[in-house]
Amino acid sequence: MNRRPLMKIVAMSTVGTVALTACGQAGRGPTTSDDGRVQLTMWTHSAGNPAELEVYEQIIADFNASQDEYEVVEESFPQGAYNDAIVAAAAAGDLPCLLDMDGPIVPNWAWAEYIQPLGLPTEITDALLPTVVGSYQDEIYSAGYWDAALSVFARRSVLDANGIRIPTVDEPWTVDEFNAALATLKDAGYETPLDIGAEDQGEWWSYAYSPMLQSAGGDEIDRDTYLSAEGALNGPEAVEFFTWFQDAFAKGWTSSDGTIGNEEFNTDKAALAYTGVWNAMDSLEAVGDDLLILPPPDFGTGPKIGGGSWQWGISSTCESPEGARAYLEFSFQDEYIAAFSDKQVVIPATAGAEALSANFGPDGALRPFVELSQKFALARPETPAYPVISSTFEKAAKDIMNGADVQSTLDGAVQEIDTNIESNDGYGF
Amino acid sequence: MTVVIQSEQHLRRHRRVWSYVTMAALAVFFLFPLVFMFVSSLKPDAQILTDVTSLRAFLPVGDIGLDNYAGVFDRVPVGRFLFNSVLVTVLIVGLGLIVNSMCGFALSRLEWRGRGLVLALVIATLIVPFETIAVPMVYWVSKLPTLVWEGGLLKYDFGWLNSYHVQIVPFIANAFSIFLFTQYFSTIPKSLDEAARIDGAGWFTIYRKIIVPLAGPAFATVAILTFLPAWNQYLWPLMVVQQEELRPVMVGMQYFFQLNTAWGEVMAYTSLITLPVLVVFLSFQRAFVSSVAASGVKG
Repeated sequence: MNRRPLMKIVAMSTVGTVALTACGQAGRGPTTSDDGRVQLTMWTHSAGNPAELEVYEQIIADFNASQDEYEVVEESFPQGAYNDAIVAAAAAGDLPCLLDMDGPIVPNWAWAEYIQPLGLPTEITDALLPTVVGSYQDEIYSAGYWDAALSVFARRSVLDANGIRIPTVDEPWTVDEFNAALATLKDAGYETPLDIGAEDQGEWWSYAYSPMLQSAGGDEIDRDTYLSAEGALNGPEAVEFFTWFQDAFAKGWTSSDGTIGNEEFNTDKAALAYTGVWNAMDSLEAVGDDLLILPPPDFGTGPKIGGGSWQWGISSTCESPEGARAYLEFSFQDEYIAAFSDKQVVIPATAGAEALSANFGPDGALRPFVELSQKFALARPETPAYPVISSTFEKAAKDIMNGADVQSTLDGAVQEIDTNIESNDGYGF
Repeated sequence: MTVVIQSEQHLRRHRRVWSYVTMAALAVFFLFPLVFMFVSSLKPDAQILTDVTSLRAFLPVGDIGLDNYAGVFDRVPVGRFLFNSVLVTVLIVGLGLIVNSMCGFALSRLEWRGRGLVLALVIATLIVPFETIAVPMVYWVSKLPTLVWEGGLLKYDFGWLNSYHVQIVPFIANAFSIFLFTQYFSTIPKSLDEAARIDGAGWFTIYRKIIVPLAGPAFATVAILTFLPAWNQYLWPLMVVQQEELRPVMVGMQYFFQLNTAWGEVMAYTSLITLPVLVVFLSFQRAFVSSVAASGVKG
């Protein structure tokens, strides 16, 4: 082979590379806009959700218009792909300045140092519903504009026709009353009287069913130490609850068939639906004034529902955290929170926004959700181990639903969780 | 004698009828998902869920319309995503054919020390699942040098994230394609090379004028096998592309899975992104089938 052309190519490439390098290296500091403002990158999980994006775009436009120092630049991701994108960006050292995250993941991302303490004034965070503030080791890392809530949907006419008492926030169904109601409705001709949502998967399982476990006196982990699930997830109370859970499927009171959403209830195939605020408008349209939004049953220690929805934090690599805080402070205005609430059909996080909300104000059709949230909401365990706890809980609960032995399944779940916590040196606890 | 011939003809006809009936039944069976997808894309969500338990799921009956398609265009920049996927896929397939066939040529036709070892190493990489190296790869590509145009100057920078080339370059070289080309080129008589060498041809001329024209089936097979994963890319672009205008179609699927899944729009979107693949496959169906048969690759 003639080596001369090859040498020429190598020499020219080297000279070219050096020359281009000499042209100057692109700056690695904070990016600035054409008018010299520092750009704050912001990622949301809202792609594909035009209603939510519309409010964000309004806030960003208003903030940018009010600023001569900072400019927020937003990029939206689809929710199902969002966490993977964040983890990849963290690996590449390419996290944005501002990012939103689902409430239960906050301690894990704080522990992994993806995010830094939020540092917002206490008058802002104190005014929010407690479940929309994300903490780890007593430090606030995130705050959200809204929360979601679960309830039991029913038709007043169906309960009246079957002689079933309508429960209230002050006097919810006891588990015996709930069982009796399900048996009555089954006898009345409903093939599966309760749509409990078991056809869904992922985080739904921990979000929906761990509050029932907590109502029965158990939990997913010992919240005093956050070091073990022993006794909480496999104690007598947990075994009693999961035995009820298994029986509910075995007796045909509920099932894991059907479709995700509230269609079975809306078409009167199911008499009751254990579902969330996001399904309320469709059900109101389908059922009208006959719709009842009821508290979940009391399994022993009072009704419980899951709390904690999407919240905002600041990445640990953000080069202008003061700018990010300025944006967040600006965004926590009641009018914006109310706009999120009405467009998204979620519970506003402040009392001021509640008053402005068409759906959740004192006369709003969805007002019962506010009461349920304020009275019964419990945040999921604030520990970096939560992703493992959640997936382990889901697997165990599904096994039990399908007939596995309750005690040994829960013991196995406890062992899996405890091993993970141990192998991570207690996740900082 | 006449009776025997008639009986054989009858038997042959009988067999042919049954083979057509069986093939038709299999065709219908395999078409079910596609028919369901296209038909459901015309129905409202509630009707899809109601029809799914009956044969109505496969029939365009009830409340039929194009609302779901309108909804898709409202929710997702479909045109942009389709353009991105076509661009990325065409470049991966096109550049992959050139690079991998040259590599296969070097491994199968050129005599050099260690080529057996190199081929073994290339094949060994096939056992490593992409998912296991995805995160380290994200880190690497985020540190690779690049040139950017900034303020009227060409500047030297680091990081390939948020670009088309980060979706293309890592997938041009493909171990399976190299292996397939190597194997196929090995079946072409080496006497052709020797004759060309005597006539004064260099290696590149031999590759371009002798080997490539004789390896049509291998090129077609590699093109098909590279096209599908490139079109279906999801995890990689999800991790390395943050800007919406650079996303491919598969990432767009996630736009529809909100708290309440818009099933009608999901079906409309999948119909839209499946159509180009179907058109490509149906257009080249005969060539694909014959090339796969000729190259001896299964499924």
